[in-house]
Amino acid sequence: MSRKLKFNIFRFNPEDPNSVPHTDTFTLEETPSLTLFIALNKIREEQDPSLMFDFACRMAICGSCGMVINGRPGLACKTLTSELPDEITLMPLPVFKLVGDLAVDTGTWFRETNTKIESWIHSGQDFDPEAIEERMENDLANAIFELERCIECGCCVASCGTANMRPDFVGAFALNRIARFIMDPRDQRSDGEYFEVVGNDQGVFGCMGLLACEDVCPREIPLQDQLGILRRKMAFVGLKNLFKPKKPARERRF
Amino acid sequence: MEYETFYTDLLCVGAGLAGERVAIEAAAAGFDAILLSLVPARRSHSCAAEGGMQAALGNCAMGEGDSPDVHFADTVKGSDWGCDQECARIFADTAPIAVREAAHWGMPWNRVVAGKAKYWKGGEEFEAEEKKEKHGLITARAFGGTAKWRTCYTADGTGHTLLYTLDNKITQLGVRVHDRVEAISLIHDGENCMGCVARDLKTGKLRVYLAKATLIATGGYGRIYSETTNTVINEGGGHIIALDTGLVPFGNPEAVQFHPTGVVPTNILVTEGCRGDGGTLLDVDEKRFMDKYEPAKAELASRDVVSRWMMYHIAQGKGVPSPYGDHLWLDIRHLGEQHITTKLREVYDLCRHFLGVNPITQLIPVRPAQHYSMGGVRTNSDGAAYGLKGLFSAGESSCWDMHGFNRLGGNSLAETIVAGRHVGIKVAEFLKGAEVSFSTDLAASAVAADANRIARLVRGADGEENVYAIKDAMQQVMMDKVGIFRNGDDLQAAVDELRAIYAKALKIGLKSNGIGANPELALALKMPGMVRLAICAAYGALMRTESRGCHARDDYPARNDRDWLNRTLAYWKDLEADLPELQYEPSTQVVYLPPGDRGYGKTEIIPMDEPKED
Repeated sequence: MSRKLKFNIFRFNPEDPNSVPHTDTFTLEETPSLTLFIALNKIREEQDPSLMFDFACRMAICGSCGMVINGRPGLACKTLTSELPDEITLMPLPVFKLVGDLAVDTGTWFRETNTKIESWIHSGQDFDPEAIEERMENDLANAIFELERCIECGCCVASCGTANMRPDFVGAFALNRIARFIMDPRDQRSDGEYFEVVGNDQGVFGCMGLLACEDVCPREIPLQDQLGILRRKMAFVGLKNLFKPKKPARERRF
Repeated sequence: MEYETFYTDLLCVGAGLAGERVAIEAAAAGFDAILLSLVPARRSHSCAAEGGMQAALGNCAMGEGDSPDVHFADTVKGSDWGCDQECARIFADTAPIAVREAAHWGMPWNRVVAGKAKYWKGGEEFEAEEKKEKHGLITARAFGGTAKWRTCYTADGTGHTLLYTLDNKITQLGVRVHDRVEAISLIHDGENCMGCVARDLKTGKLRVYLAKATLIATGGYGRIYSETTNTVINEGGGHIIALDTGLVPFGNPEAVQFHPTGVVPTNILVTEGCRGDGGTLLDVDEKRFMDKYEPAKAELASRDVVSRWMMYHIAQGKGVPSPYGDHLWLDIRHLGEQHITTKLREVYDLCRHFLGVNPITQLIPVRPAQHYSMGGVRTNSDGAAYGLKGLFSAGESSCWDMHGFNRLGGNSLAETIVAGRHVGIKVAEFLKGAEVSFSTDLAASAVAADANRIARLVRGADGEENVYAIKDAMQQVMMDKVGIFRNGDDLQAAVDELRAIYAKALKIGLKSNGIGANPELALALKMPGMVRLAICAAYGALMRTESRGCHARDDYPARNDRDWLNRTLAYWKDLEADLPELQYEPSTQVVYLPPGDRGYGKTEIIPMDEPKED
């Protein structure tokens, strides 16, 4: 016999003066292979059309549907109800600004942070359409892809002790991103320039080492390793800086 | 009423790969650009492209001797001669440059590894020697309908990495991205497009964007079907606002592609790279069948052909029964753990997480699902839309038209940045010469009209029809009657049923209060437009009495080059009407490759010069 699932869902519409934060309860009959994507859409279409939540790809590659599922940040689309008890409590991700109900504004947060850490290849060269490409070892391309797999879903940020306490902490996602650029020979930033970006309390030294980020990462990215490597590297640069006068920043070109 | 107004040179409606690539070109030329997106830009559907993009680099052993000429010929044959050959030519010539440019910006393309390499084709292993002098250059894999291995890739996360690479560039250039903003109508004076009215999906407030050039880059309209691999945001928003002007035609709305390997039951896509890398399709007896139907190309014939044979084989009783209907199997087990967990690791993950299937040891249940919209906003080769000056389109939302009646795998991701690059240059040229005086009165009346639409929906002034019921009904009609195999009776029934659904769509009333980021209102605002798109597709298919590419009519099985070597242009001039006006234009003005045999698929052709019977 199929289960009757009880959903406790956080509700609040900041645009509606009559709305106050509260929990609504919905019940739904469990069907085979039911995911939270299907369940939430069913609830919206059949029970409450005002229910706000985010999905796009529904295959765990776009990062839209991060939410707190029975106390743990995760992607709703890849969560099967069969993995959960009869009672399912859904809350919006913390840290990010609430749009309404389960929907949060991750777009603004990630764009600001990507701008802050200068998440792009810093190359002094212009593209030459006539030239063949620079060579690269395939193993290196694979290693870059391994870190590039991050989908900016926000689960690592929402589960982070530091990010929940200090709004300027860039989070595991950003440190992983910097690790990706350090690995890439096309990015010509020096260690000192990376240090300027993440060698501080907003960056790698803000991490308390609780490592929930790696536990909740739906892409299973080795965040712990990247944090460790980056921390060691940045500590080394920091030490060197103690004995060296600061050089002016390299001229930057697009 | 109060609303915020934004001014810019280029307004891109859509911030996937095509929109971003055009914006990069305009920004690099010194123009201001704003990108609108339903979701944060990096969540656009471009991120779901898996297998790769075609570009004739000819670096890998199996791509040796490749050239843009060969790529061009494959593309035209793939289109079943429905494409615009000038655009296909520009595309094939530019693709290698676009791939290398992306590498310059940080794209981690997989590379050639010199030495003996083992590959698979049709379940058979073979060896090839990768050349020393090519070591470290961008490599490629096989995809359907191609003479050479030409699909450049980053594992099976090519769209994701490419989108992040371009969005990094957008961040670097400081281009403004307004995410969670939906364009709901274009502002125009009958000749010039001046921007759009948009709804802020965070607050529900209306905004006005005034721009010298407006680009539609909103991807496909797959969500008019019930079984689609498309993301939930591919609802044809850009097509709707263009069609609603009554001036801009919807090109080839009936050209809808079904991908052979949608996963049963969720319709999540598994990449064509699975078959490109040597995966096979099996039936209920776990036997291959594509090699019998298509001796030359087998599993790697074009998508329209493979999808048809799969449905045919199921109809012969060879499908695997399941609670979700009959399906077939995709077998990649022989590729081995090392290959599957690296080059196909997204497939590996999604099979385990969504199906509970381990593809290293188990078969993947697949069935064709709606996948791609070849039709779209009709443009010229510069990407300029027919009918309105200052309006452009690029990528899947456009009918540029390099795909005709069937797109080759690996050519859509390629189109986004190749056409994006080309159209971007043309948009920048247009902006250099553009002198537009914005009419604030026009903007005010446009935003008032949209505010009125919203108020009526919230009040239920036109009726109480349920928007979700209408969506379901439309999707089911499209799936049942405007699918892989089509015929006159079903198509006529589809048109009739959709017209009845349209009448209801004009009487939608909200059940909820519509305040703020209300999702019911967002859908209600575009529902009549979605039904209009569906009617265009069904009606275009009904009138096209031939079979070409993905458009397969049981009652007109031949490709008819005498009467139908043309492109449908659907206009919706009167919003009170419930049928579009169809016009036709020749498929291509320039003919480099005259119509002929594709080399795969069942071919019955009525040649251009065959005299008419009566």
